[in-house]
Amino acid sequence: MDLFLQQLINGLNVGSIYALIAIGYTMVYGIIKLINFAHGEIMMFGAYFAFIFATSFGMPIWAVILVPMIIMALAGVAVEFIAYRPLRDAPRLSALITAIGVSLFLQNLALLIFKADPKVMPKLFPETIINLGGVEISSTTLVTIGLSLFFMVLLDLYIRKTKQGRAVRAVSEDKDAAILMGINVDRTISLTFAMGSALGALGGILYSVAYVQVFPTMGVMPGLKAFIAAVLGGIGIIPGAMLGGFIIGMVETMTKAYLSTTWADAIVYIILILVLLFKPTGILGKNTREKV
Amino acid sequence: MDKNKRKAYIINTIAIIFLYLVFFILIQTKVMNKYFMGIAIMTCIMIIMAMSLNIVAGFLGEMALGHAGFMAIGAYSSAYFSIALMDTGFPLPNIIVLILAMFVGGIVTGIMGFLIGTPTLRLRGDYLGIVTIGFSEIIRIFFINFEPTGGAAGLKGITKLVNFNNVYWITIVIIILIFTFGRSKQGRAIISIREDEIASEAAGIPTTRYKVLAFTVSSFFAGIGGALYAHYQAFVEPSKFGFMFSIEMFVIVVLGGLGSLTGSIVAAIILTALPEMLRGFAEYRLLVYSLALIVMMIFRPQGMLGRSEFSLTKFIDSLILRKDIKNSIDGGETR
Repeated sequence: MDLFLQQLINGLNVGSIYALIAIGYTMVYGIIKLINFAHGEIMMFGAYFAFIFATSFGMPIWAVILVPMIIMALAGVAVEFIAYRPLRDAPRLSALITAIGVSLFLQNLALLIFKADPKVMPKLFPETIINLGGVEISSTTLVTIGLSLFFMVLLDLYIRKTKQGRAVRAVSEDKDAAILMGINVDRTISLTFAMGSALGALGGILYSVAYVQVFPTMGVMPGLKAFIAAVLGGIGIIPGAMLGGFIIGMVETMTKAYLSTTWADAIVYIILILVLLFKPTGILGKNTREKV
Repeated sequence: MDKNKRKAYIINTIAIIFLYLVFFILIQTKVMNKYFMGIAIMTCIMIIMAMSLNIVAGFLGEMALGHAGFMAIGAYSSAYFSIALMDTGFPLPNIIVLILAMFVGGIVTGIMGFLIGTPTLRLRGDYLGIVTIGFSEIIRIFFINFEPTGGAAGLKGITKLVNFNNVYWITIVIIILIFTFGRSKQGRAIISIREDEIASEAAGIPTTRYKVLAFTVSSFFAGIGGALYAHYQAFVEPSKFGFMFSIEMFVIVVLGGLGSLTGSIVAAIILTALPEMLRGFAEYRLLVYSLALIVMMIFRPQGMLGRSEFSLTKFIDSLILRKDIKNSIDGGETR
């Protein structure tokens, strides 16, 4: 039972990171219908910046986390401006391939700058073990879950309560109608990329702290899984991405603990395929009839 | 028309034999050493892979991002078969073993393609892309865990049966087969689904059946490509067939032009041979490659050749008649 609780907390830990990254995918997909493959690389660069700030500059913890988030928010906006904006009216396949191109480009840029060997990520948070009735939780795990939840709630409030948040929802619902309502669509899309990338960078930092290393291809696998999480919850729906992230994290941890380490990824994919075959819109998605 | 066709056949046959003779002389005079020969063999295999992917991505117009998985099935099943066949000690010439192994790889992969395609082809666009990624990764994880084929360490002890001579002719045969498939009744039905699914359904084309057919044929040829790969490398390991390899093949098809088989051939040659030649710039190679992809999509999203085919006959005609060379690149005619 203790082991189960332990695994439950591990699952929450991994799940909260996936949820953070998945939000970026789902917001971008919701607003411009593009699978932003470069999101995994945004998260990787976020982790690298945090690594540099923590080791070479010795910045305080809050700056080590916040500054990379801001830098990556700007980088996300830049990527959208340079690579995706010229293709907004092009066929969706072209935009998708551009996203793959950006992803490869950023990966190889990181490979060139930081070299292929993994760097050891320092412990950002003071390490103490908290004992809760037989269940041991490290402070890093608590901070990870806490920070993720904090930023998710913040995002949710921002999207639901503010004017800009309402604009984001309006554009993803109907772009043309949003233009007629006087919403600046370009600026709203930039804002979406900024928010998604900032959360992605946070996810990257927390991921690298949890797995104690940073390397140029670290964004690929968590990126793919976070994307699966977004699809699982219903792509385009922010609470869906959070739910999907926690489910994927939980499934992965539980398979690793009770079934097999090597099959964990396969089971994640099997769940994804089953969900897509039987309910392609995801868990929280609504069924929409296709028009001829 | 018939006369033109015969002329096209003659010209293309001459070109194929001429190209072979050029390679033959280069090999005999040792200008082309083992290293270049290896690149040439890999290029031939990538041509087969790109063309087979083009059946689904170009003709059918669906996003398939899991081609590496099918290649893995072809590589593993054919290698397993040829090892078992060699073990029986039955005296068969190498080329027969290779052809049998290719058929085993192709048919097993084709069956897998049929099994995977039947339920998944109800999905479209991005969703189909994701599901194909998922299946490809599951196949890779399966081979990592499957002990009879060596697990994560890979399958060793495959006899090296592929050399430049046989892979050249096999590639030519497959190019001809895929071209013929594209022009056949079935091929045209598949293209009509890409153009307008509802209209082609109204015209009496059973769309689901043809979609599955395209997927099966595509995976059959991918399996043959995998078989050639296994018998060239004499070793297969699961890590080779990852997500990035699928993306690499997809990029070749897109850069050549979705729906253009000659485009796939040209792009496969450029993207396989050129990086090998530029080993000195290895660090910047992938950086330039990805940048080229982005620039290409922004300025020429239809790829190098778009949907049209390069035609040698027309090219020669335009040279003789000194017409604008541009005419040779508009499509629809025999290669």
